[in-house]
Amino acid sequence: MSELLQPQSPGIPLPVPTLYSQPYWDGCKVGELRYQRCQDCGAITMDPAPACSACFSTNLDWEVSTGQGEVYSWTTVWRPQTPAFTVPYVAVIVTLDEGFWLLANLINCTVDAVHVGMRVKTTFVELSDEITLPYFEPAD
Amino acid sequence: MVPVADLAAPTARPLPVTGPANPPEDGKPITRRLDIEAVAKHPFHDVAIVGIANSEQARVLEGHDSTTITFQAVHRVLADTGLGPSDIDGVAAGPFSGPLTYYMRNGPSWRHYMAPSIPTILDAASAIATGQCHTVLVAHGSAGVYTERASTAPWTRPAHEFVVAYGMFTAAEFALIAQRHMHMHGTTPEQLATVAATIRNNGHAHPDAVYHGRGPFTPDDILASRMVADPFHLLDCAMTSEGACALILTTRERAQDLPTKPVYILGGACDSFGPSYQHPPAWDLAGPDGQNNGYTGRWAARKSFAMAELGPTDVDVCEFYDPFSFEIIRQFEAYGFCEEGEGGDFIMDGRIGPGGQFPITTDGGTMSFSHGGAAVQQLQRVIRGVEQLRGTCVTSQVPDAQVAMCSNGGAGALFTDVMLLGTDTP
Repeated sequence: MSELLQPQSPGIPLPVPTLYSQPYWDGCKVGELRYQRCQDCGAITMDPAPACSACFSTNLDWEVSTGQGEVYSWTTVWRPQTPAFTVPYVAVIVTLDEGFWLLANLINCTVDAVHVGMRVKTTFVELSDEITLPYFEPAD
Repeated sequence: MVPVADLAAPTARPLPVTGPANPPEDGKPITRRLDIEAVAKHPFHDVAIVGIANSEQARVLEGHDSTTITFQAVHRVLADTGLGPSDIDGVAAGPFSGPLTYYMRNGPSWRHYMAPSIPTILDAASAIATGQCHTVLVAHGSAGVYTERASTAPWTRPAHEFVVAYGMFTAAEFALIAQRHMHMHGTTPEQLATVAATIRNNGHAHPDAVYHGRGPFTPDDILASRMVADPFHLLDCAMTSEGACALILTTRERAQDLPTKPVYILGGACDSFGPSYQHPPAWDLAGPDGQNNGYTGRWAARKSFAMAELGPTDVDVCEFYDPFSFEIIRQFEAYGFCEEGEGGDFIMDGRIGPGGQFPITTDGGTMSFSHGGAAVQQLQRVIRGVEQLRGTCVTSQVPDAQVAMCSNGGAGALFTDVMLLGTDTP
């Protein structure tokens, strides 16, 4: 397929932020991919969490990622989860350059181009007043 | 397909810092999880599985809901053992534990409310071994739950804020695990298809399987089915269906008075890396020992083998959980039947088929026998293991099977549970 993968349209199920994940979603609305760093041991925690996943401290603070990384694994989905989703879509786990994983969809490239190790960067798509979603697209 | 250049030169990649980053030094023995507390005798020496039953299984069971089909399985398992409701003093049936206890009028009763699978059977065996009760009914069923057919089944797509907007469901979650392995080791779609064809042919032959008579299948048939989530074609995936099943465990002493051949729990343990379908299902997600989610089930298997004083070559039949074809390849590597990365070659040449060294999932599993929701099909792996050791399988009976290995879960769901069953008292 030579068509470029597109973000999903409004109408898909959207995240419901929690008390501790709200700063992550607030960051997305202003074009920042935020992650937590432990102020006690220095480790990164992601997905957003109430405690450090290295030392279990709750002394976490937010930093902003470069949004650059590479595809760790991927799958092209041809049978949608619900009819709200348009296929094909590509789910990726990306290893961000800071060293954490994020699961999202890949857009602005063809299905055939996806591979492990592909360099990607974040791009943000507003889907409602409350939720702007991070997606990945080719870095070049 | 994975680019050839990637196969030839897999490069080391930095491990994300999502957990304590202190992997063990090379050669350092893993100690934390493998220290099994000393016991005077085998913990399940005095416990036996004496009853097994499946209800009807079908894509849709007209006239049933989850409760009525569960009660059908309970009636059948009581008939299997000759026991009555008043003989049961423990119930482990998830949401049906309360209703069963009330309607059987068998209280006061030990009870367990988690949707039952291998951990529940181990809990029930532990409750018997520690004298909390003497005879436990384990049961679960599902019917009328999956009605919105334009979507994937509800149990495949729990809503969670970090996956919900990306169209994730079980096939995509497990595909992310399989693709990583294919990248690292060059595992092929043909190898995955060989697993699926083997399991589906077991179900094709089984008269009670939902997809009885639908085959036979070749690997090419699997590869020709439509793509669901790359690398999984439709026939690489579990089905959806409805049904129920039940087991009864009791003391070794009581088992002597029952008509069925008792089957014993030689070992069992459970591995988890977190909640299913909420976070990225990464192969390299790891804890303090550096042991990774890609091989979830490895520690459970090591503990089970240690408890049983057995190893992989002692296993006569592999009743492995088969949510997706790749999971069988992964389990052979995780449990130590073959080396890491060799699972794709290991399953070829008839080794996992009828008459092979390690026959797998002999009733057709979740791909062909049944997949009745979130828990039933997990219990059915143990039921088939018991059936093999009783020697009563109508199809695909492994001659003189004495040790069965059963499993639940998978790396895409961040957990794997393992049980070893045997014909002899441990």
